[in-house]
This record gives sequence, structure tokens and C-alpha cells, in this order.
Amino acid sequence: MCTNFIGEIITKIVKVGVIVFPGSNCDRDMFHVLTDVFHLNTQYFWHEKGLPDNIDAVVLPGGFSYGDRLRAGVIAANSPVIDDIKKLANKGIPVLGVCNGFQILVESNLLPGVLLKNDTLNFMCQWTNLIVKNNKTPFTNKLLLNQKIPIPIANGEGRYYANSNLLDDLKKNNQIVFTYQNHVNGSAEQIAGVCNEDGNVVGMMPHPERATESLINPSDNKPSSLIFESLIDAIGVKN
Amino acid sequence: MSLQKHEISYIRDTVKRKLTNTELQIIAAEWSEHCSYKSSKKHLSILPTTGRNVIIEKGYDSGVLDVGDGYVVTVHIESHNHPSAVEPFGGAATGVGGVIRDILSAGTRPIAILDGLRFGNIENDTHARWLFKNAVSGIADYGNCLGIPTIGGEVEFDDCYKNYALVDVAAIGFGKKDRLIKNHATKDDLVVLIGGPTGRDGVGGSQFASDSLENEDRSAVQIPDPFIEKLIIETILEARNEKCINAMKDLGGGGLSCAVSETAESLGIGIELNVDSVHTRESGLSPDEIMTSESQERMLIITDKEKLPKLKQICDKFSVICSIIGHVTEDKMMHVKNGSDTLALLSAEFVARAPLLDRKKIKPKYLKSIKKENKMEKILDYSEIILKLLASPNIASKHWVFRQYDHEVGIRTVIKPGRDASVLRLDNGKFLSAKIDGNPKHCYLDPRHGAIGCFEEACRNVVCTGANPIGMVDHLQFGNPEDPEIFWTFMESLEGLAEYGKFLRVPCVGGKVSFYNETPSGPIKPTPLIGVLGIIDKTPFLPTQPIDGDYLIIIGKTKDELGGSEYFEYTHKFIGGTCPCVDFKDSKINMQAVLSLIKNRLVKSVHDCSKGGFAIAVSELSIFGNIGCNVDIESMPTTENLSSEKILFSESHSRYLLVIDQKNLEYTIQFLSKKKTPFAVLGKFTGDHVNIMHKSKNLIKTTVDIIQKRYFNGLEDLLKHG
Repeated sequence: MCTNFIGEIITKIVKVGVIVFPGSNCDRDMFHVLTDVFHLNTQYFWHEKGLPDNIDAVVLPGGFSYGDRLRAGVIAANSPVIDDIKKLANKGIPVLGVCNGFQILVESNLLPGVLLKNDTLNFMCQWTNLIVKNNKTPFTNKLLLNQKIPIPIANGEGRYYANSNLLDDLKKNNQIVFTYQNHVNGSAEQIAGVCNEDGNVVGMMPHPERATESLINPSDNKPSSLIFESLIDAIGVKN
Repeated sequence: MSLQKHEISYIRDTVKRKLTNTELQIIAAEWSEHCSYKSSKKHLSILPTTGRNVIIEKGYDSGVLDVGDGYVVTVHIESHNHPSAVEPFGGAATGVGGVIRDILSAGTRPIAILDGLRFGNIENDTHARWLFKNAVSGIADYGNCLGIPTIGGEVEFDDCYKNYALVDVAAIGFGKKDRLIKNHATKDDLVVLIGGPTGRDGVGGSQFASDSLENEDRSAVQIPDPFIEKLIIETILEARNEKCINAMKDLGGGGLSCAVSETAESLGIGIELNVDSVHTRESGLSPDEIMTSESQERMLIITDKEKLPKLKQICDKFSVICSIIGHVTEDKMMHVKNGSDTLALLSAEFVARAPLLDRKKIKPKYLKSIKKENKMEKILDYSEIILKLLASPNIASKHWVFRQYDHEVGIRTVIKPGRDASVLRLDNGKFLSAKIDGNPKHCYLDPRHGAIGCFEEACRNVVCTGANPIGMVDHLQFGNPEDPEIFWTFMESLEGLAEYGKFLRVPCVGGKVSFYNETPSGPIKPTPLIGVLGIIDKTPFLPTQPIDGDYLIIIGKTKDELGGSEYFEYTHKFIGGTCPCVDFKDSKINMQAVLSLIKNRLVKSVHDCSKGGFAIAVSELSIFGNIGCNVDIESMPTTENLSSEKILFSESHSRYLLVIDQKNLEYTIQFLSKKKTPFAVLGKFTGDHVNIMHKSKNLIKTTVDIIQKRYFNGLEDLLKHG
């Protein structure tokens, strides 16, 4: 038994893995937020290495894995580490993919749909508002339904696309996790994030790790922080 | 090949034998203006380069500043003008790549990019528009992929850049002082080339950049690969942590020739290398091509036999190719072999130190005729002028540009791009403020005071964030230095910068000189670009929006200085008049006053008054604050009696606009009076109209909504429609 930074008794020592691919570039930001802001025991895992069985959550950070060659995320989706992530995901371990991490999860069929070039045809870096559409996932359980989250996006291929059958399924299974409040990049149904049928694998284009600290968040950092606090709750850090 | 007659005879007299072709190629690359600074080097020493925070080490390609608590900030600036004018996407992208590697070679992680872009008039020149769009894409593509935020910069359009492009990139690095690479090498150390393969791209690039752009030699433009650059960054930083690097240099202009000769010369060693061992992109490259190729994403590392296995292991992890191409000798010679044949054997010092030139300078004739101010067309409606200026390409919001750059990655960006300077948080709890500024319109009319003005403007922007300027980098861009009139403008600018830097005690920690910026219709206007870094010791100043009842104060005197202003050039299409001139004493007093007001949190926000003058600066406060204002310019501090248009549009320096809460007004007035700072309370923020009065006459009457639309849509509308 041990205590965390504010002296609460932690019932188990959890381990969060941040996967690093060649070209990942938000890995250090994500690591900083998980460790320094939310005091989680976090470890980097290089894409060629296997993941231990006792890992409690996996995060695929943003970036340009393999320089976005062929298609964003498609080469990384064929890395050895993906097999381990699939096994963990099947066991119900929470998996979060942010930006390029989302693209990788989609390319490896852990999540449905595809991500296309933004309708502006340009890379877009700007603050947007998300709306929570599913608060039953390990990354949203502390958020309210329809709660607004100010958060930045930064991507060139962030336009979520699914055909009408798939969109119907997503709605039926409550797999749409976040939508944009406004038209941002031409995403189908303004979708910004989805989950798998079980709800433990979540992918989102916006960057929660860029929005949890008030110093760099010009609006309100609370809702973004709740994404990480949801995870803490889900994996049982606190009593 | 670009060697001059006198250089060839100097070579013959010194070496006293017939040189091989490889030797001539190596010398030609290194003695290009781009690599050797042969026209400017004699004069650059007048810049102040030392100071409390400056760390100087052998062989650094970037400036290093101590920011306390065991941390350093590195900074460098470069341009990629010729390549960008021919192939804007690749030229701009590789411009980012090159300056990033300069930051990396000191052993620091690149944490920010700023870029200064200049093109012809995009309102009527579709080619300029094409260059602009593609240069922005190139920078975005490269910087975003690297995960280094582009946090700021500037964009300017002027007819003098027609069919040409200025692409300046400044980069900032951050790291622990004890992890800086202390360049050193001893006999039998190994010389290793890591990174992308050497190819035929960029062969002779530095010479291409050292001549007027007459033929569009696309093969002299390098091909960008940001993915390899990202892998190199991580490889080098890990190798640095594992202490595998004795010395390091980026391969930039002049390729291997320059990297090897300059490293050997600066460390006082010899290097023997074999071109056979260089990994290449294609077979059949000649040794001369290998020596002068400027293929990107390559670094030269000096290591030793004990450290090599670890270095190789790190390179393998990141799939970065690593070739041992030679070793260190004691004879101070640069020895290039191909198998067992010697291709070149020259003294490294001889190669690295081109004979310097004494260029002639003569005051340009155009300056004699240009001072006069024509009688201007009488303006009847200043509101319409303001709306046009706000939507004009030089003043309108540049969000179309910086929205394409990831300016948040790295989670350091406290003050985002689009306002005055940008601010980054550092790991030691301090904050770094950075801005680059140029003003060719001013510099054309008066290269000395124009350059000083750019320096002061960059300082002002940094001061607006509450930061103390601690260092500057300069990039001096001019036409053909063989023209004595152009060389005069270079010397004037340089002397001005040195004078102001010494006065303000802000050292120049790095820079670059770029000559031969000639367009088909003549030389560019003198374009010195100044980057300034500032430090905030404790809490960052997070500006708050003006609300109903807040006061507007101006600090600084407005003078009869409309020359080179946007008002003259954009509204009246007139080039001439008296350009703004910095009064050193006022400059310092005003800066200190603003810094103490911010330190004591007596102001809600501070905005620099520059392009477009007071009228534009106050409009911008209303635009960003989403609130109107009632202003009377009657009490404006001036040096003489000025007409309304001069007060509205003069671009005089050392001026700041402050937003003050009513409860702090009295104290602020007392403080500024006590400090003998020229200032005036000009009005209040209120409602949704912008009203500017003079002598009870309404000069400008418009609404916040209208000026916001003009300001935010101006550039985008222009680009959307072709």
C-alpha cells in the first residue's frame, strides 16, 4: 500500500503505458500530464517492444507516426505493439488514442470508421468546443452528458467519415463519444471521438493533454481534466 | 563554379600546386558568400555579443543564453530565400529543417519556431499568392511533423519582392546547461555521418544562394523529409543523454565540405574522410557531388571507439543510418579520399577561412530624391481608410497562416500567436517571450533608423508581455553586395543595430547575412529582420480584456514620421517621407515604465503601436476586446503640432497602448508623471462603436462588428478567391 501526492491511500499501484512510435510527437506532453498533473505511474513503451500483461491503461499519443506516409496511422497500425494492445483491449483495459493515436486505432480496426483530410484541405490548429455524447466510457464517466469541453485540435486528417449504415450502428450502440459543437472540419455528424462496442477503447481527434493546465488553456481547463480523472476513477486509483 | 579570379590566384599562390577538381569544388562551396560571409565578416564584430547571460563555446551554430537554474535557451535564425523563390514548398520546409539542426547541434531540444515571410503584392500578383500559399504549407508540413510549435512570426507584402520570396526561420531550443555539447576532439576519434542518405539534391546550393537568382535551378533546391529529421532529433538527444557525442555539426550550406572543414578548423584538428563510406541515395554519385550535396537531415558527429557501439545502438533503435566516414588526425588537414586515392588534401584553416573582402560603399542616389513629401490627396473619410487598412494584407489578421501551424504542441505556449510576442513556459518556472520584426518600407527610406526601429519594435513586443529583453538575433538581407550603394545600406543597418544593442545592453547572440537577394526588377529593399528573446522571472502576465469603463492610455510621443507607413504606401501609394527614428532615451524610459506597470499588475493589457499607427493599434484593442471605445486624440503627446492624419497614422516608435482599470487610473497617472514618461489618457472603452475625435471633430466612426469582419476576413477572402 502507498500514498499518492495528496496523501490519499492508493489501493493498488496502477500502470499507464504511453506508446511511442517513430514520429510520435505528443508522447512527452501526454507523459507530462499523466505524471505531473494527474500523478499516475506512467511508462513509455517503444513500438517494437511488447506490453506487460499487468498494464492498467494504454494511451496512443498524437504525432506523425512514420511521417503520415501512405495514410495517417496506417504503418503504425502494423507495428508489433498493436497485437498486444488488441489483447489488452479485448480484456477490457481502457485504451485512449488521441489525434494520430485515434488514426492508428481506426487503421488497426480497434475503432470503426476512417479519418479523411479536413474539408479546408489544410492542417488546422485551433480551439474548439466538444460536446459529450457518451459518459459511460472510462474516459468520460466523470463528465456530464452534453457537457461542453473547450479543447484544441491540431490535425490535417481529422474529418471522421462513416457510411450511413455504420453511423446508424454507432448511434444504436452509443459509440459516438464526442461531437464538435460547431462545424469544424466536415466530420460526419460532427463526430470528434468514438469508442468500440464495449466502450473501453476511445479515440478522439482533439488534444485533452493540451487543455488540462490553466496556464496554457485560455478558457476552462476543468472539463478536459475530467477526461483524465475519469480514467483515474475507472482504473481505481483512489479508494 | 563560383570562385572569383582573385580567389583563384590567391589559391594558386598559397597552395603552390595544381588543385584537383574536388579541391576546387570544396573551396568554391566554402568560399561562397553564403558560407564564408566574405563581404560582411570584417564588419560583424561591431555588434555587441557578450553579456551576463551569454554562453560562448567553440563551434556552436546557435546562440546560447543562460536562463538560470541550470537551464539554457538556444536561438538561431536563417533564411531560405533563393530556394523558396523557385520551389516555395520545399524551399521553406528545408529552411525550417536547417535552423532546427543548428539548435540541435548545441545539444538542446528545439521547442519553438518563428517565421518571417515576405512576398510581392498578393492583391494583384497571382504568382506571389502561389509562393505565399506554398511557403506556408511547406513550413506547416515540416514543423508540424516534427512536433515543434510555430509560435509566431510576421508576414509582409511589398512590390520589391515581386517574383521573389524571403523565408526567414528562427528556432529556439531549451535544455540543461550541463548537457550542452562541449565540442572537442582528439586524434583517432571517429567521424560519423548520421541521417538521410546523400543524394543529388541541393548540389551547389550555397553557391546558388550566393548569386542573383537568374536561372531557376530546381536541382539546387533540397528535398525535405521531416520524418527523418524527427528521428534524428530523438537519436541525437538520446545520444547526448548517453554521452556518445564529443562534437557535432549540422550539414547545411556547402554540405560535407563545409561541415568537415569548419569543424576541423574550429577544433584545431585534422579530419581524414573517405567518400566511399558515405551512405548515398543512388549509385553513381561522383565524389565531388558527395562533397557538395546539400541533401537535408544529416549531422556530422565526432565520437570515439568506446562510445561508438552505444551510438550505433541508438541509431538502430530509430532506424537512422550511421556511417563512419573518417577519423580525426593531428595535422589540421582536411584529407578527402576515395578508397585509397587522395582526392583533396588541404589545410582546414585555409578552406574554412576565405579571403575576406573590402567592399566599397557609397550612399545611394535614390535617398537624395526620396525624402520629399508630395502633397497628398485630401482625405475626407478616415473611417473608410481605417476599414481598408484593417483588411489590407499587411495589417489584416494572419490567422489563416498560423492556424496551419501547430502552435500548441509541446504544451508550452502560454501566449499564442496573433497578438504581440508569444510566450512559452520553461521547465524552471520562468517564461520566455519571443518575437521577430522587420520593416523594409522604413529601411528603404533610412537603412540605419529603419533597422534600429525593427530592433526596438521586437523589444517592444517582448516588453508588452512583461518580459525583459535578454538577447537578439539578426538576419541581414540585402541585394548584391558588389554594388557599393547596396553595401552602404548594409553597413548603415549593421551600425544602427550595433549602436542600439550596445545602448540597451541586449547582445546579439546569433545571426546571418544574406546577400544577392535580387529580383528580376532589381534588388529587394534592405530587409534586416530582428528576433528578440525576453525572460519573465516569475508569473506570466496574462492580459485580460477591456470592459466597459476601462481607460486607454498611450505612452510615448507621436512625431511627424509618416515615411514608409502603411498609410503612405497602401492608402496613397507613395514611397517617401521621413521614416520613424528611435529616440534612445525615450525608448528606454518607456520600456521601463511599461515593465514596472506590468510587474505591479496596474495594467490589464499592453499593445504595441506600430504598423498602421495609433489608429490601427486602437482598433486592434477593440477587435480583440470585442468592445468599442471613445477616444479623443487632442491630448496625444507629440513633439510638435501635428495634423489629424499624422496623429492617426504616423508609425513613430517607443509607443504603447495600455488598458487600465478605473481603480488603477490615478496611481498609474502619478507613476508615469513621476517617471517623466510621456503619456496621455485618451479615452474609455465602452459600447460597440469605435469613435475617434480630434478638436471636437469626429474623425472615425465605425462599429466593432464591422472592423472585426474586415480584420479577420481580409487575408482569407483574398486567398479564397484564387
